[in-house]
Amino acid sequence: MKNIVIIDYGAGNIQSVKFAVERLGHQAVLTDDAATIKKADKVIFPGVGAAGSAMSKLRATGLDRLIPELEQPVLGICLGMQLMCRHSEEGNTSGLGIFDADVLRFPDSVKVPQIGWNRISGLKSDLFDGIRDGEFMYLVHSYYVPDCPEAVAYTSYGIAYASALKKDNFYGVQFHPEKSSTAGAAVLKNFLETVS
Amino acid sequence: MLTKRIIPCLDIKNGRTVKGVNFLDLRDAGDPVELAAIYAAEGADELVFLDISATEEKRKTLAELVRKVAEKVDIPFTVGGGIAAVEDVEILLHNGADKVSVNSSAVKRPELIDELSGRFGSQCVVVAVDARQVDGQWRVHLVGGKVPTEIPLYEWVTEAERRGAGEILFTSMDHDGTKNGFANEALAHISGLVNIPVIASGGAGEMQHFADAFLKGKADAALAASVFHFKEMEINPLKAFLRAQDIAVRL
Repeated sequence: MKNIVIIDYGAGNIQSVKFAVERLGHQAVLTDDAATIKKADKVIFPGVGAAGSAMSKLRATGLDRLIPELEQPVLGICLGMQLMCRHSEEGNTSGLGIFDADVLRFPDSVKVPQIGWNRISGLKSDLFDGIRDGEFMYLVHSYYVPDCPEAVAYTSYGIAYASALKKDNFYGVQFHPEKSSTAGAAVLKNFLETVS
Repeated sequence: MLTKRIIPCLDIKNGRTVKGVNFLDLRDAGDPVELAAIYAAEGADELVFLDISATEEKRKTLAELVRKVAEKVDIPFTVGGGIAAVEDVEILLHNGADKVSVNSSAVKRPELIDELSGRFGSQCVVVAVDARQVDGQWRVHLVGGKVPTEIPLYEWVTEAERRGAGEILFTSMDHDGTKNGFANEALAHISGLVNIPVIASGGAGEMQHFADAFLKGKADAALAASVFHFKEMEINPLKAFLRAQDIAVRL
């Protein structure tokens, strides 16, 4: 049985991530305990809400220093992925600096937030093994990561932006695999069972 | 390209699904968890649960239902009905709801929208608005459309956006239950006024009504209940119909 940890720092709807892991036949522990997180085989870093307050919570618990030093596979979801970047326009806050990218707000030429199902294309990561290019995923966000060298999937909403990032053992997805039906479950399964 | 969403709505009373014509004359249409899982498998993009029970027990019962749905269903869902405070939302989100919808309580106390969006983020705050035309003017109605107000619809949706609503769910009481189509003119007007997604509700009877809500009403999503509950229409065939009219859908 894999030791799966979901980082619980008081941000958003993490029960859904836990339930999705359980639907795949795994168990997951919700915790903010550094020792437990360090020992995990796989770490999921979720988050819904505002970047500024989320970073404050991470700093208050020391998780802002712990997460960038993790050596096992780490998957940031939605705000989790954005917090793994250098900086976010949301709350003008610095991030964890894992990904070499800055988070920007969608322009007013599109409806903000983007809410709904959009395609992910240009897939180039083991995270997406078996996923068809152009598959639909569920997204809810007002801020985005522009195209960058660490992008491993793209989505178009007014502009083409990075909807997944990868650097070393760190993965980030802008979409919600836990809410993206069978396709999302397949991505989560890849992270839990295949990615190493 | 972002796709248009098809959203079945499940009205919940005492843990069971109900749907009435013009919000009266309730009929039982099944177990909400089972129904939700079926809709997810059949291609629904999202679900809305609207709790219309009004007992003291409701908060606890609803939280339990939300948890059961979240365990089983792998698409997003919104929960509404009687939400009046931050604490109500906290328990629903904690149990696995993705979004909440607020209606009458936000009209009575608009600061509720600021409080919820400030605390949980705009993305999980849907402001539901029931309205009907009175002497040619769209007016907001309360309590499931039963109580009229003087508040103009278009002013209210603009204020809701300004206070932090992430989406507007607009139900035309003049169209709800008629199966004659959505209120496309009003929808298009709202969609032009606000820069957040607009969900059309009330009046779905045929597949073309959904196409019209997207093409004429400029809606981002369309919600319906009885046409789905009573199998008058299935979701994936509906989406194929929409795609044939060049409407982007997830299929």
